[in-house]
Amino acid sequence: MEQQEYIPLDIFCRHHHVAISFISSLQEFGLIEITEVEQKRYLPVSQLTAVEKLVRLHNELEINTAGIDVVTHLLNRIQNMQDEIRLLKNRLRLYEDDDS
Amino acid sequence: MAFIDYYKVLGIDKKAGDGDIKKAYRKLARKLHPDLNPNDKEANKKFQQINEANEVLSDPEKRKKYDLYGENWEHGEEYEKARKAQQGRSAGTGERNYSGGFGEDDFSDFFGSMFGGSSGKSNQSKFRGQDYNSELQLTLKDAYTTHPQTFTVNGKSVRITIPAGIENGQTIKLKGYGGKGVNGGPDGDLLITFLIANDPKFKRAGNDLYVTVELDLFTAVLGGEMTVDTMGGKIKMKVQPETQNGTITRVKGKGFPVYKNEGQFGDLYVTYHVKIPKYLTEKQKELFAELAKLST
Repeated sequence: MEQQEYIPLDIFCRHHHVAISFISSLQEFGLIEITEVEQKRYLPVSQLTAVEKLVRLHNELEINTAGIDVVTHLLNRIQNMQDEIRLLKNRLRLYEDDDS
Repeated sequence: MAFIDYYKVLGIDKKAGDGDIKKAYRKLARKLHPDLNPNDKEANKKFQQINEANEVLSDPEKRKKYDLYGENWEHGEEYEKARKAQQGRSAGTGERNYSGGFGEDDFSDFFGSMFGGSSGKSNQSKFRGQDYNSELQLTLKDAYTTHPQTFTVNGKSVRITIPAGIENGQTIKLKGYGGKGVNGGPDGDLLITFLIANDPKFKRAGNDLYVTVELDLFTAVLGGEMTVDTMGGKIKMKVQPETQNGTITRVKGKGFPVYKNEGQFGDLYVTYHVKIPKYLTEKQKELFAELAKLST
């Protein structure tokens, strides 16, 4: 059975000097998932990199949650487009090789 | 080492006030922040520059020194020595000790020469270190199997496991192997882009592989069996009678491994290139002639 690791939300917030309310607002926007076990809230470790990135956007660039939502959405779109371009380039390479 | 015009870097006037500097810096930071520009070396470089410019221009003491020496910064040290000697004689004040958290690598040589390579501020925002980008060349055969690879980045030995099925141009991220964080911020990441060279025999499209094999005329006409090389080894294939030149046959599950899906493979597409025999014997020519007569 696959095991999921979690980190308590309060420890994460203390470590990153960020308010719990900010992390909760990220959850409300659907940007992250928070798990609650016996009235204690946890972040899945698999999400840490993503959450830390959102915290940096907030702390370093003073972007609010709504702004982070927009930025995340646009970055995902860029990533998807870059993946598609890479796939198309690789397919194109197949035909270019046939011509040569 | 060239002079860096910090006012130009931030796009502000030399008379700009603290508010203008802050505003210009914030605007550019939002545009060039490494998290918003992954894999963009140019943006990362510019981000370091604006950080440096902000570090100098938002600190009144540093800005004064920068404005004083300007393009004559190379002689700044001599001026400083003379100034300190003067101060020592007249007032006896202690030397200001710069003890910020900036590392030498985070600033230009120009900054290092003028300000000693470290920050004078202790209340600066923390910034994540720069992401490093690197490229790793692989053969198609390398990409076919999961294998460990060790290499050195900035003196650090990095050992990674490259999963089978990685795509040409795909990038993987190694957290914390990038540039040092600024003011105690986290270290950047190392982004490795894999460049997979073309294989002379197999062509890849996603998880499928394409190969062209030569089929002798007699097997093509009469059918039979032939051995075909796949990337995972040799396989035996049945050839249908009257197989035409250019016929493509799909062999399920003999293509390329699916990335991070162990045991799953794409398909192999085998194109038959029917080979016309050369150097026929007289007897063979006679038999072909007879065949030709029969088919007219």
